[in-house]
Amino acid sequence: MAIFACASAIPLLLLLIAIEIGSAAWPALSKAGLSFITSSDWDPVRESFGAAPMIYGTIVSSLIALVLATPLALGVAIFLSEFAPPAVRQPVAFLVDLLAAIPSVVYGLWGVFVLMPLMREHLMPFLADTLGLGGTPFFSGPAYGPSMLAAGIILAIMVLPYISAVSREVLMAVPRSQREAALALGATRWETIRDAVVPYARSGILGGVILGLARALGETMAVTMLIGNRHEISASLFAPGYTLASVIANEFAEATNVMHTSALMACGAVLFAITLIVNGLARWLVYKVAK
Amino acid sequence: MSVRPSGVQRAAADRTARSLGRRRAKNMVMLGVMYLAAALATLPLLLILGHLLYEGASSLSVDFFVKMPQPVGEAGGGLANAIVGTLVLIGIASAIGLPIGVGAGLFLAERKGTRYATLVRFLSDVLNGLPSIVMGIFAWQFLVRPLGHFSAAAGGVALGAMMIPLVTRTTEEMIRLVPTSLREAALALAYPNWRTSLTIMLRSALPGIVTGALVAVARIAGETAPLLFTAFGNQFWSTSLDEPISALPLQIFTYAISPYDEWHKLAWAGALVLISLVLIISLAARYATRSRFGRSGD
Amino acid sequence: MLRAADSGGPVTEIPDKVMSAPPDTVARPAPRLRAATFAPAGAEPSQTTGTRESESVRLSMDSLSAFFGDLQAVRDASVQFVDGKVTAIIGPSGCGKSTLLRCLNRMHETVPTARVEGTVTLDGEDIYARGVNAIEVRRQIGMVFQRPTPFPTMSIRDNVAAGFRVMGSAAPPRKQVDGIVEETLRRTALWDEVSSRLKESATSLSGGQQQRLCIARALATNPKVLLLDEPTASLDPLSTQKVEELVYELRGSVTVVIVTHNMQQAARVSDSTAFMLNGELVEVAPTRTLFTTPRDTRTESYITGRFG
Repeated sequence: MAIFACASAIPLLLLLIAIEIGSAAWPALSKAGLSFITSSDWDPVRESFGAAPMIYGTIVSSLIALVLATPLALGVAIFLSEFAPPAVRQPVAFLVDLLAAIPSVVYGLWGVFVLMPLMREHLMPFLADTLGLGGTPFFSGPAYGPSMLAAGIILAIMVLPYISAVSREVLMAVPRSQREAALALGATRWETIRDAVVPYARSGILGGVILGLARALGETMAVTMLIGNRHEISASLFAPGYTLASVIANEFAEATNVMHTSALMACGAVLFAITLIVNGLARWLVYKVAK
Repeated sequence: MSVRPSGVQRAAADRTARSLGRRRAKNMVMLGVMYLAAALATLPLLLILGHLLYEGASSLSVDFFVKMPQPVGEAGGGLANAIVGTLVLIGIASAIGLPIGVGAGLFLAERKGTRYATLVRFLSDVLNGLPSIVMGIFAWQFLVRPLGHFSAAAGGVALGAMMIPLVTRTTEEMIRLVPTSLREAALALAYPNWRTSLTIMLRSALPGIVTGALVAVARIAGETAPLLFTAFGNQFWSTSLDEPISALPLQIFTYAISPYDEWHKLAWAGALVLISLVLIISLAARYATRSRFGRSGD
Repeated sequence: MLRAADSGGPVTEIPDKVMSAPPDTVARPAPRLRAATFAPAGAEPSQTTGTRESESVRLSMDSLSAFFGDLQAVRDASVQFVDGKVTAIIGPSGCGKSTLLRCLNRMHETVPTARVEGTVTLDGEDIYARGVNAIEVRRQIGMVFQRPTPFPTMSIRDNVAAGFRVMGSAAPPRKQVDGIVEETLRRTALWDEVSSRLKESATSLSGGQQQRLCIARALATNPKVLLLDEPTASLDPLSTQKVEELVYELRGSVTVVIVTHNMQQAARVSDSTAFMLNGELVEVAPTRTLFTTPRDTRTESYITGRFG
């Protein structure tokens, strides 16, 4: 039947993707072995490829994004589901959701010309000097703009709408009886939310956060434009770095040899695997709460 | 008989009153924090859109839509080829993504509950979660490498593959909304199964499906990563499927990371046009559903 | 006005309209189950309907059992439906009357895990025989459901003509369709109400009008049998009355089987009534007989309101 064929296109496509990427990545992976994930040495000429900085960068930039976005997203979600008067709710929800519609490259553009100068001239000096954090390893070193922090901030803005939307849905689904029970015990509005509503929606919110994580892990364009594209692991957030997605975007078109291409494919394969696991985790959590 | 509270009782009442006061204050503070969070969350959007309008509008002119890019260093010129390229890529992607997506969605709605349907739905979600750059290198490996050159077709395939799970999900949801009684009424009228699916279920769900399709188109219209090594970009005019083709997001990227001011201006203008395109399609999608809801009966 | 005692005539009052089949102004091809000759109409005396020998049996059910997986919903039911008569099926909720009805046009099998044993014979041919296409069966047996189900994306006119779309070459030529639509709408007493808005969406009609539209849709293709599954259950009293009048008028031109949980309705519109309980067809008799002198004590308990 025709629709059976259409539906089967999906598993077939997935299989095809896995095979194509896997086979292209194999040469580099088999040559490097475990050092692919542990080494930082990336030398296309010597055909030595270590993707540790990219894996590090992918994880760190995404974590920064989550740390910044989650409280804000949760705050907005609580605001929208508990406090907002109906007249305010629609427009604010619309505006927050609209963030998800902005293409990645536009975020990158804004990031390069607005965010980075802002950071370079105000935020980074503020953190390093005014707050005195410059002494710590996390905020040390020269601050030219392209940095892990910049990437983290732009990612935070990009995943905010996803975490917020899922959290909002889950919070609204908390039964009235929970809220009423808390209020009947004499709790204030805030205490009701803190102790009754949010804990009830905990798994769903966590699912939303992990969904945001999955999105952040795979983000390419905005990150490439803001992270500095340097094959280095550095403790400082002011230092440039690399992610799995941005190394591909940056080096693929000018890959020097077949092994180089294969190594980049391998980065793609690792990214594929990571997002698969994280997505699965997110869906499982949201599913758990939906029951 | 005196019922005045004792000293201990009064102290306890004072403590409760003070703690209530503290709790009330905290409640107010947190309320303020929530409002602040909402304001902070809407801020980036306003900032970005505002800046886009400010920078982009000044560089926008009729030329932008009609002229081709000038050699570097020269002012003026436009992104006509990029706009057309984006439209061509959307066309190819839709030609792939829409039929497969609608068909798959129909399948999932009708065979709901079967093991295969559950598997396909799960895999569709997996496909949806793949980073777009992964789609890009897949399309490169599959279509660019063997053929030896970049092509619009490869870009369209990458984008089309991304559309499939989006369209599948919305189609399935919309068809599930059609009441089963309608299906039974058609069957009882001697409609064969396939006809029932097509002319009754699909048609009834059509507004929602169209909305889903438009949303999917809006999503892929802004994608850059899958095009980096498939469509690749083209400074000349091209609509051929077999050659590299320009696209709005690609051009914005190229211009943004270049060192030339004129190109930066074009990048802003391009971003403004791109976002307007995305917004218009999204709003059209919302509007399409709204008018239907207004008209339908009980 | 009470009608004179007629075999199987209705018992209570109904406006005494003269029964006349609408003039068949348009020749419509008779749909066929298969390219086979029909068996001659049987003239056997029927214990199950108590009708005269000369009246032919249009549809009959023999030892029919229906299952949902392992659950048996209809046990060994046998009943005959006389051509042109209205038969009501009554019984408490869950007794299987809807299931039995749906076996008559092979709708029961559209549910996964559904199963049917036994035979249903339409004009002498077993509709469950191997090689018989369920869709062909449904062309000859129309059905109207409990809730009105007009196709929301079609106009009123297109809804009525919907059955023609799937008849292929057997459908009447285009020019005649409008005439058939008008005639059918007149028959269902809808014409005056909708003639000025045939192109409007069917969902703009009221519930009662929608249900009459569904009946018109089923009648337009000139089925031999019309099955009605609690057609007035979701309608207001005025619409209910209009539908009942319509059913009454169909006598003679269509064989009608109507499932109803409303005993008074059965008494008002039907010639014969069948009582079902727990999947079993307990008793079938001319309506007056069933309601005044039922043979089975269970029937008596039901109609006197002791349960159900």
